[in-house]
Amino acid sequence: MATSHQFPAGSDAFPHNHLLGIAGLQPWEILFLLKEAEQWVDLNRKSSKHANRLDGLTVINAFFENSTRTLLSFEIAGKRMGADVVNMHAAQSSIKKGETLIDTAVTLNAMKADAIVIRHGSSGAVQLIADKVDCPVLNAGDGRHEHPTQALLDALTIQRRKGDISGLTITICGDVMHSRVARSNIYCLTTLGAKVRVCAPAPLLPVALDRMSVEVFTDFDRALAGSDVVMMLRLQSERMNGDFIPSPREYHHLYGLTKERLQLADADALVMHPGPMNRGVEIDSDVADDVDRSTITEQVEMGVAVRMACLDILTRRSRGVEGWA
Amino acid sequence: MSKYFTNAQLVGSAEQGVMTGSLATSGDLIETVGGTEPQSKSDKIDCNGLLLAPGIVDLGVFVIDKPAFHFGGVTRAALMPDQSPVLDLPAMIKHNSAIGKPDLWSHPIAAATKSLAGKQLAEIGLMKDAGARVVSTGRQWIADSGLMFKLLQYCQSLDLPLIVHSEDANLVNGAVATSGETATRLGLASAPASAEALSIARDLTLVEETRAHVHFRQVTTERGLNLIRKAKSQGLPVTCGITPAHFLLSDIAISDFRTFARLSPPLRGEDDRQACIAAIADGTIDIISSGHDPRGPEDKRLPFAESEPGMAGAETLLALALNLVKDGMISIGRLFELLSANPARLLNVKAGSLTAGYEADLILVDPDAPWQVDTRKMAAAAGNTPFHGLPAQGRVKAIYKGGKAI
Repeated sequence: MATSHQFPAGSDAFPHNHLLGIAGLQPWEILFLLKEAEQWVDLNRKSSKHANRLDGLTVINAFFENSTRTLLSFEIAGKRMGADVVNMHAAQSSIKKGETLIDTAVTLNAMKADAIVIRHGSSGAVQLIADKVDCPVLNAGDGRHEHPTQALLDALTIQRRKGDISGLTITICGDVMHSRVARSNIYCLTTLGAKVRVCAPAPLLPVALDRMSVEVFTDFDRALAGSDVVMMLRLQSERMNGDFIPSPREYHHLYGLTKERLQLADADALVMHPGPMNRGVEIDSDVADDVDRSTITEQVEMGVAVRMACLDILTRRSRGVEGWA
Repeated sequence: MSKYFTNAQLVGSAEQGVMTGSLATSGDLIETVGGTEPQSKSDKIDCNGLLLAPGIVDLGVFVIDKPAFHFGGVTRAALMPDQSPVLDLPAMIKHNSAIGKPDLWSHPIAAATKSLAGKQLAEIGLMKDAGARVVSTGRQWIADSGLMFKLLQYCQSLDLPLIVHSEDANLVNGAVATSGETATRLGLASAPASAEALSIARDLTLVEETRAHVHFRQVTTERGLNLIRKAKSQGLPVTCGITPAHFLLSDIAISDFRTFARLSPPLRGEDDRQACIAAIADGTIDIISSGHDPRGPEDKRLPFAESEPGMAGAETLLALALNLVKDGMISIGRLFELLSANPARLLNVKAGSLTAGYEADLILVDPDAPWQVDTRKMAAAAGNTPFHGLPAQGRVKAIYKGGKAI
């Protein structure tokens, strides 16, 4: 495992107040978050899963966009760290009554949260809130922009299976255009030195990806050749009925990850998916359920650990941890 | 009541250049330009060697914002029909013509279609009689080519220019940025810059058919400008404009989701920005305007895609455009053709030029006076400028509307 890296002391290891995205992070900052997450993976496998680092702290999960998995993962992470966790769903909030995002942010701030986790449907919205509150803000996904904890949990999964990420060939396939997971993973994996390939139907490929140090493909078979990791993205059903893709079956024909197609990749290639999956569209069940290759449930497990690490590290300043004040 | 401006550098046309001498007004009008004999009964105004230029005629503003216009040297503003309610009735034209008088003249632009919806023609003839001097599609593109054809025929027969917004709405389809590295990195919905050329190409074809005068309000891409350049060389009755933001900023300005740089059309890539400057230098672009659209936090302090496009531009217009002169791209005379004479000609008003018999709308300009753009200290109704912090040069020292000091 590639955890021999030496990190700067104290807060120099992660000198940021918020986690808004992977873009702009240094490689050692990412590796530090991953290393810190390892201890929580171990804790989470014990029968008693309680740590007390965040005792007495309040964490608000403010989700302006529907989510089951990510919200649950953050809630579990906060609770296992000992924090009081409160979830705010957009459906129950005054957003529906016309309150602006800034007013909501100011309100959350006035309730003296110690960390706020935000998901919002609009790119840049989380940064907007972070500028208005005093406590650390964690981006749990903003529009098509970034989903940093997803990229971190993916990197942790890869690192635990494959060792050093540097030098690996990693193929990301699917709706890259609308995917914050793709953007955060591109930033994260290229920063860590992986060779990243991006594959999508042309209408779902954003322009200028080559400027982000990735290799671009529209032919999935060519992209797969020799890949060490294959990361599939979810295709929203509303995009596969003529707007971007003619039909789900055509998408499966050209971009579905089948057992046969997977043979084009490296013999030990990992198969990843951020979930929830469209079985039979972007990924076949026999691939998704192949315990030797698929890391899909492991990704979910790593997600909790990574989020515990992020909550711990971002609150170290306010908790007055030595070297972080 | 007459005035006599002495010791001034008079800004003439591009051909005339800067003339030394004096300018006399009589009542609302300019009486003589370049004379030297002071008239005994006149108010004598010593200009201390500053530039005396025609007041700026700001074509296509979204609000009549007198403090910003006076700061920026704007003496006439043509108001876009994109108001609430839309300027699509004669009464709306009449009402909005009176706003600002006497020290600022407003020329409301008639909406081309009812509610600017692009479905049915508005009462353009009645609005003309009520005082409308130009017609516009507003910030919308008329997707229906059949309707656009009839609109152009109609405007041509009424001898009214049509100001169009050039973005193919089907290609844009909700995009808030130009496709490119910045939009991709930020995860913003984007459309190719060619959405502009696509719409210009169609409209030029219809101009060829109808011979209507079309003014493309903001042309911001190399491809679009090439089409206009070619159309002009073929003698088609077309003109085009731009705002300083589009020739000074590229889409990098929207990094960090800066909503003050969210404009319509959106900021383009660096190559297109360079092409805009070249098109100003070679005369393809006829008009520089501010696109003045002050927007408060309720419209701008939002996630980028949910914010409204537009910038407060009136008070920075002159100082930013003066960069073109300082960089040697155009002469000072040409600059005031772009800012004053050409928009006045489009509006068919006798103003915008230091010519005997024209309206005495004058500004006294110190082209070297330094200042800094500060979003917190704007005269405008809101400080949404993407130029915050920029050191600027060039200030209006005095402003005269119809010969009267403001």
